Amino acid sequence: MSVPISITINGKIYESEVDSRLLLVQYLRETLRLTGTHVGCDTSSCGACTIIVDGKAIKSCTMLAAQAHGATIITIEGLANNGALHPLQESFKEEHGLQCGFCTPGMIMTALQLLEDNPQPSEAEIRHGLEGNYCRCTGYHNIVKAIYHASRKMGKEVVHG
Amino acid sequence: MASVIGKSIKRVEDKRFLTGKGKYVDDMVLPDMTYAAILRSHLAHARIANVDITAAENAPGVVAVFTGADIVKAEIGGVPCGWQVDFKNGDTMKEPPHPLLVADKVRFMGDAVAVVIAESAAAAKDAVELIMVDYEELDVVVDGPDALKDGAPLIHDDVPNNICYDWELGDQDATDQAIENADHVTTLEFVNQRLIPNAIEPRSAIGHYEEASDRYTLYTTSQNPHVIRLLMSAFVLGLPEHKVRIVSPDVGGGFGSKIPHYIEEALMVWCSKQIKRPVKWTAERNESFMTDTHGRDHVSKAEMGFDSDGKITGLRVKTVANLGAYLSTFSTCVPTYLHGTLLQGLYTTPAIHIDLTAVFTNTTPVDALRGAGRPEATYLLERLMDNAAREMGVDPAELRFKNFIPPFDGVSQPGYQTQVALQYDSGNYEKVLNKALEMVDYQEFRSQQSQARTEGRLLGIGFSTYIEACGIAPSAVVGSLGARAGLFESAQVRVQPTGKVSVFVGSHSHGQGHETTFSQLVAGKLGIAMEDVDIVHGDTDSVSFGMGTYGSRSLAVGGTAIMNGLEKVLEKGAKIAAHKLEAAEEDLEYANGQWTVKGSDKSIAFGDVALTAYVPHDYPEGLEPGLDFTNFYDPTNFTFPFGAHIAIVEVDKDTGKITIDRFVACDDVGNVVNPMIVDGQLHGGIAHGIGQALFEGAIYDESGQLLNGSFMDYTMPRADDLPMFETDRTVTPCPHNPLGAKGAGEAGTIAATPAVVNAVIDALAPFGVTDIKMPLTPERVWKAMQTQIKEAAL
Repeated sequence: MSVPISITINGKIYESEVDSRLLLVQYLRETLRLTGTHVGCDTSSCGACTIIVDGKAIKSCTMLAAQAHGATIITIEGLANNGALHPLQESFKEEHGLQCGFCTPGMIMTALQLLEDNPQPSEAEIRHGLEGNYCRCTGYHNIVKAIYHASRKMGKEVVHG
Repeated sequence: MASVIGKSIKRVEDKRFLTGKGKYVDDMVLPDMTYAAILRSHLAHARIANVDITAAENAPGVVAVFTGADIVKAEIGGVPCGWQVDFKNGDTMKEPPHPLLVADKVRFMGDAVAVVIAESAAAAKDAVELIMVDYEELDVVVDGPDALKDGAPLIHDDVPNNICYDWELGDQDATDQAIENADHVTTLEFVNQRLIPNAIEPRSAIGHYEEASDRYTLYTTSQNPHVIRLLMSAFVLGLPEHKVRIVSPDVGGGFGSKIPHYIEEALMVWCSKQIKRPVKWTAERNESFMTDTHGRDHVSKAEMGFDSDGKITGLRVKTVANLGAYLSTFSTCVPTYLHGTLLQGLYTTPAIHIDLTAVFTNTTPVDALRGAGRPEATYLLERLMDNAAREMGVDPAELRFKNFIPPFDGVSQPGYQTQVALQYDSGNYEKVLNKALEMVDYQEFRSQQSQARTEGRLLGIGFSTYIEACGIAPSAVVGSLGARAGLFESAQVRVQPTGKVSVFVGSHSHGQGHETTFSQLVAGKLGIAMEDVDIVHGDTDSVSFGMGTYGSRSLAVGGTAIMNGLEKVLEKGAKIAAHKLEAAEEDLEYANGQWTVKGSDKSIAFGDVALTAYVPHDYPEGLEPGLDFTNFYDPTNFTFPFGAHIAIVEVDKDTGKITIDRFVACDDVGNVVNPMIVDGQLHGGIAHGIGQALFEGAIYDESGQLLNGSFMDYTMPRADDLPMFETDRTVTPCPHNPLGAKGAGEAGTIAATPAVVNAVIDALAPFGVTDIKMPLTPERVWKAMQTQIKEAAL
């Protein structure tokens, strides 16, 4: 059965007819070719597919595309602003918070929500906030540092802004 | 400009990953592409009586269905093993075929029985469900030692007792005598449990046969595309190698599990040729759990003898290595030449012997996993050292200082010849442990520990001083040990007419940051900007040849190939420069990107020389145009990084839960090109090692079912399981490569596991606990404490 959907993704409206069983992550990756959102498991465990749906970090492998009808979505492709990296993206680079890059989009989207909820998290709070995201390369060390530094940088920007 | 070498330059590859523009295999879509789904056996051991594909063939969207019978009919051999190990009596190891699809019987849960190709992945997966297989169930064996028992089911009908090979190394008589005559013998029985690698990117392969040009392309998640090309072309499908292209674009982590040539790779290429369309397969995570090669799985008994002064007199090891149901590409060398040869550790042990039997079982094939053999060796040695220290009432650090091989630089002093074949390149083991002890403030910790014990808190400290053999490897040496490949590396340095430099490397980056580190080498050596360098890897049509990335070899071997290529560029460049400057070559010096006539202001820039090489109007007579060199580098020895890792843990007395309070690592990986990247490698390695100590381990039941084959069931280290790591280093350059580099990719994993377990055992010393089998789950720790409490009460 196909279902008509209309979704705003990274500021652009997409209208599609989708198979009712199509997962949101498949819609992003296969229909729209937004392949920055990754699939690392089938059990909502690894977090590689994390995106922002209506302001909340969501694992897009656990949501149907049809359920996202009417939603506003941000994926990793929509985070940089006119080529300028988001402070989180900058910090991941500065602190070497990525190696193979596969978990990175999900980590950054999770971190976005984490900092939304808690703009100045402690190291322990960051670690707790990342418990839905696996990384096999970094031992999380530099990811934690990257999020910590981004939070302090973003805080300053708000103060000075 | 030379100063970029040794600096923590931010990674040049990061931008594409940070913006969602990385290009992984599963991101690729080819025109007219089809999708494959593979029917996996749900049984661990069963004869296939019948396979009925009628319903699947008629399902919507299905293009083709193939079974084992089709593979037999096509006369396709199995995927080969790349390393031959002989039995002690000289017989060749047993090498049963691993077919692309099995026709006769399945031998592990996950064995591939049939493949469905359809217009969409969903249609293929739907149709796979419609294939009916009649199985006749057979008895199952999953445990290595059980496979050797009389009457154990045979995995392969023509492999008696399930033995792939038996093998030994070292002087048995001298070792038996040393253990016999020792004043103290520490004995431990080990289960180095089976691990599942779990790179976060699942494996994926796209086969694409183009009939008009008779060319084959395979896009695959591999650490070593040329190795895959050779194995698949020559040994599996019989393809013309010059018409086969392998592309491994961005790869999402490997950890050894993306070294082997897998059946799915050859299968996708073969299927593409049958249907004349591209075919893509991407593993679901449960397929990754079942079919990515697993790691470790050793059962050992080890005895270490000491004299009355605490000097090690001998080490005797007996091991059963479980290789799984089939041989994987490098599975046979891992328990032997990457394990037995490392049993010298950092110590002057005068007599060592290992006796090892490698067996087949009804489990997933085992191959290299981060560290590969060296973690198993280090675990034995370092657990024995801490336990021996406790038994003899000696401080574990002191016991190590007493037994360390004295410092040697490998230049003015020779390398250290071990009792187990290898010759260490250079080392200063006292220095690295001293530094780690300072970092941890050892004496202060011991007083905190005593104080804590009086308060009923269980703090422990554990040591691990390790060595590893990296920079794999001198071809003639490994050839004499059974390797069916050379282990050199190649690099092509192509200077473009404008002086920009493209370097094509046989190493493959799947997280290691080669595009940055290798650019640093080029920019540093040539005195040009990092932006003027491009590193190309992962495509056999671009790169001349390569053995790939594993065994912490990329910088020591691949980096050296680049450096040698750069030398050739500068040598030829000097001839052109001399001609243009009307000077003798020996009067020139090269610095900051230009040749200068010594003592003058006459100079010519690198870019001008490059342009002259391609526009050779005014040019040295007899010199070929162009500035483009390929270098093949075969190392003269392995490299031997080493270090000291110290874990401090607290065990909750009531629940058995372990908290790692501190993890201190002092490593010596030789000279460092990018400290930031090296530290990152260490962090990831340490986390993996802690994972083995505390969380991870494949669990099979008696019927061969993998009980924890998902992320819901298999415990991976998460961010809140780990502390911030405290890392530092000493630098003892490798004497036999121009970079002085040793390698850093596996060190953390090799070292961390015993440090953590030793720390827990130390914490539980008041209970008299001497061993807990990994992973050290709270349940096991709690039970160990209760057992000792009960025994004390009796």
